[in-house]
Amino acid sequence: MIKLENAGFRYEDMVMNFDLEVAKGELVGIIGPSGAGKSTLLALIAGFDLPVSGRISIAGVDMAGVAPDQRPVSMIFQDHNSFAHLDVRTNVALGISPDLKLDPQQRERVDEALARVGLSDFKARKPTELSGGERQRIAIARALVRDKPVLLLDEPFTALGPALRRDMLDLIREIQKERKLTVLMVTHQPEDAKYTASRIAFVQNGRIAHVLPTKQFFAPSAPAEISAYLRG
Amino acid sequence: MFGKLTLAIALVFILSAVALGFLPLLWLGFGQAFHFDDYLPRVVAFTLKQAFLSTLLSVVIALPVALALARRQFFGREALLKIFSVPLALPAIVAILGIVGVYGNSGPFGGLFSIYGLTGILLAHVFFNMPLAVRLMLTRLEAIPAENFRLAAQLNFTTGQVFRFIEWPQLASALTGIASLIFLLCTAIFAVVLILGGGPQATTLEVAIYQSLRLDFDPARASILALAQLVTCGLLVLVAGQFAREIQVVPPTLARTRRWDGKSGLSKIMDSMVITFAILIVVPPILSVILSGIGSIRLGGSLLWATATSLLVGLTSASLSIALGWVLAGTAARQPHTLLKSAITLACLASLIMPPAVLATGWFVTLSPLGDMSRYAIFLVVILNALMALPFVWSPLYPAITDSVQRHDRLCSSLGLGGLARLRLVDLPVLRKPLGLAFLMAVIVSLGDLSAITLFGSDRLVTLPALIFRQMGNYRMNDAAGTALVLGVFCFALITLAQRWSQSHDQA
Repeated sequence: MIKLENAGFRYEDMVMNFDLEVAKGELVGIIGPSGAGKSTLLALIAGFDLPVSGRISIAGVDMAGVAPDQRPVSMIFQDHNSFAHLDVRTNVALGISPDLKLDPQQRERVDEALARVGLSDFKARKPTELSGGERQRIAIARALVRDKPVLLLDEPFTALGPALRRDMLDLIREIQKERKLTVLMVTHQPEDAKYTASRIAFVQNGRIAHVLPTKQFFAPSAPAEISAYLRG
Repeated sequence: MFGKLTLAIALVFILSAVALGFLPLLWLGFGQAFHFDDYLPRVVAFTLKQAFLSTLLSVVIALPVALALARRQFFGREALLKIFSVPLALPAIVAILGIVGVYGNSGPFGGLFSIYGLTGILLAHVFFNMPLAVRLMLTRLEAIPAENFRLAAQLNFTTGQVFRFIEWPQLASALTGIASLIFLLCTAIFAVVLILGGGPQATTLEVAIYQSLRLDFDPARASILALAQLVTCGLLVLVAGQFAREIQVVPPTLARTRRWDGKSGLSKIMDSMVITFAILIVVPPILSVILSGIGSIRLGGSLLWATATSLLVGLTSASLSIALGWVLAGTAARQPHTLLKSAITLACLASLIMPPAVLATGWFVTLSPLGDMSRYAIFLVVILNALMALPFVWSPLYPAITDSVQRHDRLCSSLGLGGLARLRLVDLPVLRKPLGLAFLMAVIVSLGDLSAITLFGSDRLVTLPALIFRQMGNYRMNDAAGTALVLGVFCFALITLAQRWSQSHDQA
């Protein structure tokens, strides 16, 4: 579904080069030290950054020259996923049409998405009146109405407590199964990846050093640098 | 380290300076209040009208310029932003000379419109404030999280939708503050109206005070004008100052957010036109100062003498201002009572509420019957400049001292570190940067000052701005251009130094 072949990028002094293949319907966790290039990897797939070399394709289509909004991708950031001055419903409706002219059917889709993420009672509230977890639910609801086959998560739950994080991860997993989404999730909490991902990519120094099934990733037999990272 | 005595001296000093300025005004002003023609209301109305129109124009022009600059990355963008900081860094009289050089009768754009009267005043205020507004708006726009633009790109926002959902909400919260700040500046820049205004149709309170005192020798009229100025400014600072306080000038960041909007050809053409228009407002007067100044510097006695006077007055008043500001900020930072704390703050910001012309009028009224003022006029100018600089000294010093007090007071008292030892080992090294910055700001305020020097100056007391004013008055425009370049270079060097200093991160 997602394929990066030798996709190169330079950020200041750092040269990055990514090779990765993710199958449709997979949930892959992305783990690695700070500054290793995890977020850049997602930005390249979403089209926010452009590779200087190599090739990125999604669903078999080469993404070179394809604008971010034309890619079959939704992305949820760690922060700033909603506009603070717009109410919850409007924030989600932007996912369907930025001019906010919605027909009744589309409006219903917004309401359904809000119900799915448990925000039905907060439609008219502003994001600032919501908790951190609820704010991230807005972004999930927007991804639902956008209905793109690829979902990129850039440390979306880092700021939340353990119990809440578990709830959010459950929600993501359910939605991923329902919609058969292909999900890449960058996380700083290895246990989050362990809980959700089928495979884990270990990013180090601008490269994907290893991609392993989750079980092997956390096994004592894992490569030394992974165990070293996990030990902290 | 701050004894009660030093605090008392500092407070008494400021209070008596204010009282000496204020009380005679009340006495004389109220005596006059009931027999006065419509001169006063006309002056008040014009003061507010020109400030309102200048603010409106500056903000309306600045908005598209800031949006375009935030959207675009082009060669020379950083340099352009640096140039945009020049108008406010230049002393007003230097900039005005540049404006006259471009749009005056003999300038390349001469005859397009009359530069004197309301048009000229508005032009000058736009020249000063539009770039300021652009920089303030740009600060806000650059503070928008990168995620917002990424989200906008993913959701395919148009330029209009980016404005509606991202840029406008971010700017709207700051717009009242920016407008208030500019409005205050437009009522405060004395030189603009002094030179470009004229006649009772186009005069502001501060200029009218000067005219009554120095040209008409009518202290009574000056007093009532000063009272009106005090009330107007006081109200303005109370209302607009609340909004203006939230505004922070942050240097533009180098790491810029990538943008995906504004890719269409039309949008590119519009943005380049907007940016070009802004350049056409800002650059020609600056060029004019440089070009007509270069050939005209005559290293005669008057220029050297005025330079020496300016430096002497600047350094002395800056030292006085620092001494006052340091003592008061140190006390305020340790003061648990909020009431006393705000009283001290108010004393330091007094010159914002109490415009220099008001204070000066009072001193003038009190002191002129006592004999020849020109003998000690230099002290009056120094004191007035020090008070004028106090708000600019306060703003870097107070936060730094508060921080230092919170960090070091307990440790110092547990070590028994006090007095000069503490000053040498703790306070001076820690406060070196804010102190230096405050000192530079105070020197700059004094170097550019025209109000104190026109009120108290004489043939024997001529600073650089006063010399320019004289030379312009005698239609020796070439000499004025030379003097203006010297003053401009001085101030610009100091400002650049201050900016470097405040941006260097060598010290925590």
